[in-house]
Amino acid sequence: MALARKALFEAKTADAVARVGIADLPRGGKWISEIRQTALMRLHAQGMPGRRDEYWKFTRPDDLASRDSIPAKLLVTDEKPMFTDIDRLRLVFVDGVFDAEQSDPLVEENLEIETLAEAGARDIHWARDLYGVLVQRGQSPVDRPFATLNTAIAAEGVVIRVTGKVARPVSLHYKRKNAHSDAWLHNLIKVEIGGDVTLLENGPAAARINTVLEVDVADGGAFHHVRAQGRDHERRATTHIFARLGTESTFKSFTLTVNGALTRNECVIELLGDDAHATVAGASVGDGVFHQDDTVFITHDAINCESRQVFKKVLRNGATGVFQGKILVKAGAQKTDGYQISQGLLLDDDSQFLAKPELEIYADDVACSHGSTVGAIDENALFYLMSRGIPRALAQNMLVLSFLAAALEEIEADPLRDDIRDRLERWVERHHA
Amino acid sequence: MLKIENLHVKLEVEDKEILKGITLTVPDGEVHAIMGPNGSGKSTMSYVLSGKNGYQVTGGSAHLDGTNLLDMDPDERAAIGLFLAFQYPVEIPGVGNMTFLRTAVNSQRKARGEKELSSGEFLKLIRAKAASLKIDAEMLKRPVNVGFSGGEKKRNEILQMAMLEPKMCILDETDSGLDVDAMKLVSEGVNALRDGKRSFLVITHYQRLLDHIKPDVVHIMADGRIIKSGGPDLALEVENNGYADLLAEVA
Ligand SMILES: Nc1ncnc2c1ncn2[C@@H]1O[C@H](COP(=O)(O)OP(=O)(O)OP(=O)(O)O)[C@@H](O)[C@H]1O
Ligand SMILES: [Mg+2]
Repeated sequence: MALARKALFEAKTADAVARVGIADLPRGGKWISEIRQTALMRLHAQGMPGRRDEYWKFTRPDDLASRDSIPAKLLVTDEKPMFTDIDRLRLVFVDGVFDAEQSDPLVEENLEIETLAEAGARDIHWARDLYGVLVQRGQSPVDRPFATLNTAIAAEGVVIRVTGKVARPVSLHYKRKNAHSDAWLHNLIKVEIGGDVTLLENGPAAARINTVLEVDVADGGAFHHVRAQGRDHERRATTHIFARLGTESTFKSFTLTVNGALTRNECVIELLGDDAHATVAGASVGDGVFHQDDTVFITHDAINCESRQVFKKVLRNGATGVFQGKILVKAGAQKTDGYQISQGLLLDDDSQFLAKPELEIYADDVACSHGSTVGAIDENALFYLMSRGIPRALAQNMLVLSFLAAALEEIEADPLRDDIRDRLERWVERHHA
Repeated sequence: MLKIENLHVKLEVEDKEILKGITLTVPDGEVHAIMGPNGSGKSTMSYVLSGKNGYQVTGGSAHLDGTNLLDMDPDERAAIGLFLAFQYPVEIPGVGNMTFLRTAVNSQRKARGEKELSSGEFLKLIRAKAASLKIDAEMLKRPVNVGFSGGEKKRNEILQMAMLEPKMCILDETDSGLDVDAMKLVSEGVNALRDGKRSFLVITHYQRLLDHIKPDVVHIMADGRIIKSGGPDLALEVENNGYADLLAEVA
């Protein structure tokens, strides 16, 4: 038995080694080179996840971990890109590479913003004390090798320091031109005391994409995040968010996932200062053989913090929705308010929703609740709408959107919420019963 | 005119016959009341007429102005003028009352080949009708029936009816759960819709509603059949004596 496990471990390690050696690491200044080498060493110890990993029970990591990415046909749409009506600081990445020409000048009040390539090229940089640190903190109790790998080899992304309230959102717009692109993006955001920023992400980044977002929110800081993972049918994505929250800080992240061959979104949050708030929410819709996994791990390690996880998934024609969500309340994290809901709406018998909600509590004065449901369209509601003259397809669309509404409510800013709702309305119309 | 002939209905999933040969005609402009013991099949009849799933028609027919209702989808029945005020209105979280009503009104207009109402036109119309039923703007904004009190739900049904202006209105126990004042409001709402052409089928357990909405004919349903029909006095008789004597008569 021990031997078999060792063999498995070696196989996984070999796979990781096969992908990268020290020589393959991107060039950069001393500080970032050291971080990358350390990450690579850790990766060798971790190995890539295999099918037997408990944490990958519902999602097969093979196509994310394989040496070569599977080509993904480009989806041609006439759909207007998201967030276009919102005044924002726009950065464009094409197949995972920053494109200065298509981007706005990187100047904004209360914001220091550089590309990772720029920041990494410097000899010394404040990011030295943060880059990869939150990734590393998030490796316990579960390994997250894709994030470790990303830390080792990502050469693109943004490095942001927020020193006050930033007037316009920072918007990362991902474009894709190549059917074979394999992209690695690592974004780092440090919100200083009282800082306040919104980050937007949208667009098909690459045929295969691995992103890490590290967010450190200091006392009284606020970070808002709205992300749309587009309709790019054949793309595969693994994403990680790591956040650390100080006293009275706020973190809110919303992800829209539309179709896509394979999506694994992990979000790891630590509430370390009292009275902090964290929300992670998501709406995903899949019509076809698509796989959409949201995996969340929230650790309460301070007093009187609140966390919310709200996930809704609409599935049909062979789509699979996965939710793994955990709330860990450490000893002493009294007055914790932890809420978690995940719901799947199956529009046919070919689709499935798999959920694993978990609570682990070591404090006695806490209020935690979690729920998970899976079901079909409510026939009584459908009949009620139709009895008022609303045709079946339209009535069903209304019910699908109403099912998703609670997740959208978690987005604070009206214009962003409207943009997401608009996307979903059009998806629902295109994918009529 | 609603014309039901010898309608037999059983449950789809089991061999349980619920309607055992209903024959009933409601001519244009008339108000008919249906009374009857719990479980006699009143709601089932209204569901079958509106096209709810789960029932199987094993015999008989139902026509509205000569159109066979039983072949149509619920939305098509609504578009040709059938309306059911539910005994238990359904809560629909996440769908705003206003959006719901506007979609309903315009779906019906579209189905009939009429021009859809603009938001302005719709707003004007709904404000006037809601005011007369004492439904405030806040209630219109809320999700359909969610968090509404029993009486508010019933008033909301009547608001929908007023907006949709159907030819044939079936009211299934719209009076239950209403306080005295709400009962008056609802009755006024119904009476305001009486125009000599529009017909009503009012299902109720109580004479009181019929004081406000004067029926032309009262039917008594028991065990899936109409066992007696008569004038408004029949309702008084039920109110005073219950169903025992009537049931004994047919036994
Ligand atoms: N879907 C169903 N499944 C099982 N039984 C049903 C169903 N629908 C109706 N029934 C049965 O059919 C009978 C008639 O029910 P219905 O609701 O039509 O009565 P009703 O006359 O409206 O009663 P009430 O005055 O209590 O509202 C009852 O015995 C009821 O239990
Ligand atoms: Mg009934």
